[in-house]
Amino acid sequence: MGVFALVAALVVGFIAWRANDLLTTKVVETLEAEVVGLREQYQAGGAERLAAIIAQRSGEPGSGLYLLVDPSGRKVAGNLDRMPTELEGAAAGAVFNYLRRLQERQAAESRLAVGVLLPVPGGLTLVVGRDIEDLSRFARTMGQLGLWGVGLLALVGIGAGLAVSRSVLRRIEAITGASRAIMAGDLSKRLPLHGSGDELDRLSQSLNAMLARIEELIVALREVSDNIAHDLKTPLNRLRNRAEAALRDPVGAASYRDGLVKTIEEADELIKTFNSLLLIARLEAGAVAESMAPVDPASIVADVSELYEPVAEEAGLAFETNAVGGLSVRVNRELVGQAVANLVDNAIKYSRADAGSYPDASDAGPDSPQGADPPSQPVSVPGSASRLGSGNGALRPKVSIGVRRAGDRVEIVVADQGPGVAPQDRERALQRFVRLEKSRSHPGSGLGLSLVAAVARLHGGSIRLEDNTPGLRAVLTLPLRPAAATAGVPLSTGAAAP
Amino acid sequence: MRVLVIEDDRETAQFLHRSLRESGHTADVAGDGDSGLALAREGRHDVLIVDRMLPRRDGLSVVQTLRAEGVRTPVLILSALGEVDDRVKGLRAGGDDYLTKPYAYTELLARIEALTRRPAPEEQATRYSVGDLALDRLSHKVSRGGEPILLQPREFRLLEYLMKNAGQVVTRTMLLENVWDYHFDPQTNVIDVHISRLRSKIDKGFAKPLLHTVRGAGYMIRDGAD
Repeated sequence: MGVFALVAALVVGFIAWRANDLLTTKVVETLEAEVVGLREQYQAGGAERLAAIIAQRSGEPGSGLYLLVDPSGRKVAGNLDRMPTELEGAAAGAVFNYLRRLQERQAAESRLAVGVLLPVPGGLTLVVGRDIEDLSRFARTMGQLGLWGVGLLALVGIGAGLAVSRSVLRRIEAITGASRAIMAGDLSKRLPLHGSGDELDRLSQSLNAMLARIEELIVALREVSDNIAHDLKTPLNRLRNRAEAALRDPVGAASYRDGLVKTIEEADELIKTFNSLLLIARLEAGAVAESMAPVDPASIVADVSELYEPVAEEAGLAFETNAVGGLSVRVNRELVGQAVANLVDNAIKYSRADAGSYPDASDAGPDSPQGADPPSQPVSVPGSASRLGSGNGALRPKVSIGVRRAGDRVEIVVADQGPGVAPQDRERALQRFVRLEKSRSHPGSGLGLSLVAAVARLHGGSIRLEDNTPGLRAVLTLPLRPAAATAGVPLSTGAAAP
Repeated sequence: MRVLVIEDDRETAQFLHRSLRESGHTADVAGDGDSGLALAREGRHDVLIVDRMLPRRDGLSVVQTLRAEGVRTPVLILSALGEVDDRVKGLRAGGDDYLTKPYAYTELLARIEALTRRPAPEEQATRYSVGDLALDRLSHKVSRGGEPILLQPREFRLLEYLMKNAGQVVTRTMLLENVWDYHFDPQTNVIDVHISRLRSKIDKGFAKPLLHTVRGAGYMIRDGAD
């Protein structure tokens, strides 16, 4: 603040000094011009003419100051009373004081003037001057005003500075307080916003966005643990009951063996559920981003089709792949493969005659025990086939998988002709642990579709469920890699980030 | 074969020790990374089972150190961390296979047996044969009893992997990993369907089946009775 006042004072002082100097110089210049004129007059008409002109000019109101003296120092003409001593020896002109009587019988007033002194041939001396009293007063007033201004400015500046820094400090204090409360465990609290949109506000905004994301993750984590408590305890309890029942069974060894086999099966199911849960949690935390690479989605779809096509045929379903090649997405091949496999798995499962309702992801439970071969005879065409729209009972229900381009996105579409999902249930079907059938008799963790959703989100994509009339169509959308968009229509603007 | 188990959980180590003995192998156990590294350096073991999280020195560092010192003993890394990135890290550190806890003992056994059988790259055979079934890896031709058998590319790879590990149990997960390059658990037993297709091509119409199902474990291709 002191620096500011000092600089202001310096600036004002410099302006005042320069102004004063400028005024004096200007006056001296006019004087010199006049002196040139007078010298010409003298050359034309000699001393008499000069004296006459001076006498004439001296009488004019508001005129300059003149004095012409002879060698003895006696006044010949002019309106100055005496020779100003300040001028003697000053070659370029100088400032001097003189007395002026405004009216008769009034006290003479000392005024400031600028004048030049020049010798006239014949021993005469001429003084030409200008009154600068008014100018100098004006300059003084200006100087004072300037000083006052500086003072005022300094005061206002210091005051405003104090006020700003106090308000900033108060806001920082509020932010500190809020962050303390957040650290103390109140994750729903946010940093205060001032509403001005300044740097501090923007900082608070982005910190708030960060807090919102953290809260979201914590809530998701809490949900996971709640769901673990809910959905893992039940099978754990079942497992425990089974072991207890086997121990109590009087039959002995045979029953133990059976109990143990079932216990291991249950444990395997639990492990699968647990693995899916962990994977979803990790995906939602965005933990595997580093292992992504550009992949043609058609190759992923081809791999999964190749894996599942025999399964679909064994289940008596028609299987169709329809993939547009040459597109590129930046993904973790394994995860997207798993997501697509989950979708195809569901599609096949729910196209079967004994299908439950969606989504019922993890199977491979009691109905397909480890070590047993699947039925080598194709499953008979599901009885539900006739009500699958076509009306042609001989037509096998179809499971189809395809890749297509939609603007700057790639869509992987898996469709079946099973019972489908009611529109009001579709949103819920994507949530964790949701199985739409009320009884939990059907095996499955209900995590299949939520895993697909988590994979989609991780890659900046989405999953939606549509009506396949009849059946369900799951559309997994992934952002197209802009650089490699060579196939199909030209890439629209606002392409997805890589 | 002689197995070194580097595992800090006593109960797991004891379980492995006993189970491996019952399967006809000898097992040494080390309870932490440093003593495990010291034992592994002696080079007396055919395969190492290394837990990833160990006291004193973690499993990955043990494997890295061994590899840096030129110890080429096959390593199976055991870990509770089973995500894609963890597996990649494990294999990059010099592990030959990666198994996620919890696992079935049959899975672990099948994997270490496959590891000890793994021939060095330069001595990989170009022709496999089991009984009268022959597979040529260069010309991609398969025949049984002199009769050519037509296989789809994936079926060929499936048979190739089974024949490479002839006489040994190959689990479904191993097949999924090695033939399809997927490390997740498919919900349906898709592998069974593929095996069943392959079986209908190589065993159907022949008196002696070669492709066997090993109950509770996986599959095995071998010449001989069940």
